[in-house]
Amino acid sequence: MYTLSSKLKLFSIILMAVGLIGLAIGFIVAPSTIEEVKEMVASQDGHGETHTPAEQLKSDLAEDPDSGMEFVPSEHEIQTERTDEHRTELGTDAEDHENEHYEHLLHQLQNKPWAALYVAAFFFFMIPLGVLVFYAIQYAAQAGWSPVLFRVMEGITSYLLPGGIIVFVLLVLSGLHLNHLFIWMDPEVVENDAIIRNKSGFLNVPFFLIRAAIYIAGWAIFRHFLVKNSHRLDEAEPNDLYYFKKNFKLAAGFLVFFIVTESMMSWDWIMSLDPHWFSTLFGWYVFASMFVSGITMIALVSIYLKSRGYLPFVNDSHIHDLAKFMFGISIFWTYLWFSQFMLIWYSNIPEEVTYFVTRIEDYGILFFGMVVLNFLFPVLLLMNSDFKRVNWFVVMTGLVILFGHYIDIYVMVMPATVGESWFIGLPEISALLFFTGLFIFVVFSSLTKSPLLVKRNPFLKESEHFHY
Amino acid sequence: MASKVIHALYTDDDLLLQAVRQVREARYHIGEIYTPFPVHGLDKAMGLEPTRLAITSFIYGVVGFTVSIVMMNYIMIQDWPMDIGGKPSFSFLENMPAFVPIMFELTVFFAAHLMVITFYLRSRLWPFKVAENPDVRTTDDHFLMEIEVANHNTEDLTDFLYKTGASEIVLIDNK
Repeated sequence: MYTLSSKLKLFSIILMAVGLIGLAIGFIVAPSTIEEVKEMVASQDGHGETHTPAEQLKSDLAEDPDSGMEFVPSEHEIQTERTDEHRTELGTDAEDHENEHYEHLLHQLQNKPWAALYVAAFFFFMIPLGVLVFYAIQYAAQAGWSPVLFRVMEGITSYLLPGGIIVFVLLVLSGLHLNHLFIWMDPEVVENDAIIRNKSGFLNVPFFLIRAAIYIAGWAIFRHFLVKNSHRLDEAEPNDLYYFKKNFKLAAGFLVFFIVTESMMSWDWIMSLDPHWFSTLFGWYVFASMFVSGITMIALVSIYLKSRGYLPFVNDSHIHDLAKFMFGISIFWTYLWFSQFMLIWYSNIPEEVTYFVTRIEDYGILFFGMVVLNFLFPVLLLMNSDFKRVNWFVVMTGLVILFGHYIDIYVMVMPATVGESWFIGLPEISALLFFTGLFIFVVFSSLTKSPLLVKRNPFLKESEHFHY
Repeated sequence: MASKVIHALYTDDDLLLQAVRQVREARYHIGEIYTPFPVHGLDKAMGLEPTRLAITSFIYGVVGFTVSIVMMNYIMIQDWPMDIGGKPSFSFLENMPAFVPIMFELTVFFAAHLMVITFYLRSRLWPFKVAENPDVRTTDDHFLMEIEVANHNTEDLTDFLYKTGASEIVLIDNK
């Protein structure tokens, strides 16, 4: 049996507390009126160039035509122009334009702490989901090497339900118009936007929340019964494989349910942040991200528990296999990332390409940096067969992969919610700390609840002697 | 150099593995082993060095990657930078996504083919090569271990091999 060390418990509680405080500050600091935004901008410009905002805007506009083909208006610029049309009747043009600009900035700055919270909540939610998929695949494929890691996987998936509830609450809060994360939830925007209006049969708040509830409930129920049967198998008679067979069928059923709901989840929770844009392989792309993060987390938790002496039956070959999966799925992620990017870049159809234009112009470092983190690092570090057996090597690469996939989610969400006002500052780091703490707390407390080695699994003997 | 070798034949791969361990323990020198199929763990039992074929393959892959970049940079950017359907041919990086499929394929092509050729060269395999098979049964169901007699007593060695479970022992005199 694993016992949660008081140090780890304290560590996770400190992370949560610090994260919560930071998040609270992030929400308080976010401006609530246009005047506050003006003050913020003025104080930032104070020591730099002394342009008035109107002049700056004019010079911005004047510069744009020069940059020729690089200039493509982002969705938000189109958006504000459309929604604010009725207001241009009042006042002079320049002043109005300036106000529009500030209102736009206000929305972005108000979204910032919300988006930071959403990115971190989704990132930590998708890890246990990826692990659950891996777990179900191990059952359905009757893998002979992995049963010794089942309890670790079950422990990590314990975060699925709490994490899912947090994401769901955030979605409900968006539906209640407490934030502007999903612009299609704003009735005023929908009214003035024919493209979104035509999609409102799918993108409307009640249906959206019902779908979200179905996904989360479905995954949590499958997880509950898979883990329950795995525990029942422990107490079964030596040759009684009833619960094993039951889990085999359940795992196969889950995988079918998952691939449908995961695809729809990615449209709902991430792609609908940019309701003017669509991509057909998006679901797979999000899946690759969650799958590789999940496998990396299994490796990290296993190596941690092994280093504390709780997993004597896990040998280097098990770590080697996990590292191979990390390596392979990282390449799979890159393949999908590039396929999505290259197809859109190549054909350069304006209605599709704005997605990448905003990302490359405003998020260049993150957008290409994550390819270095998620592709170059794992490929070069985990290619050598010997390196995959060196635990600290796997840990270092794993941390790089996890960070890279956080950036991946960040780049999916942020351009649509905060646009060019992004910064990895207090709210982002605090949200990350808070969820790290919560994740560690939930996962490691659940690991204490059952022995770390399954019993009666027909592949257990093979798995214990697994050698590559 | 007059060299005498003993051919010991076995009929079972487990027996062979056990015999290899015993022979090495007794410090006799194994010249060669012929088997009809890969015997898992035989290289470890014989104490063979691990292969470096994967390292050569990585290097060939890097070569292929370089070739593809140099080739396309010269053709598409340096030599004749034409506007083809509005693709930006001002610099390699600007048009790189269009080159990636070729860069990938050439990397794999070089890594795979040059590694295979390296394998053929290192293991001396080519068409019309005369087969080096001491006993035709070794391609079907027999395992053959070749041990150099050197300065050992032939009789002792034969006895020893007989005890390891050899089904047939032949003394070969290469003059």
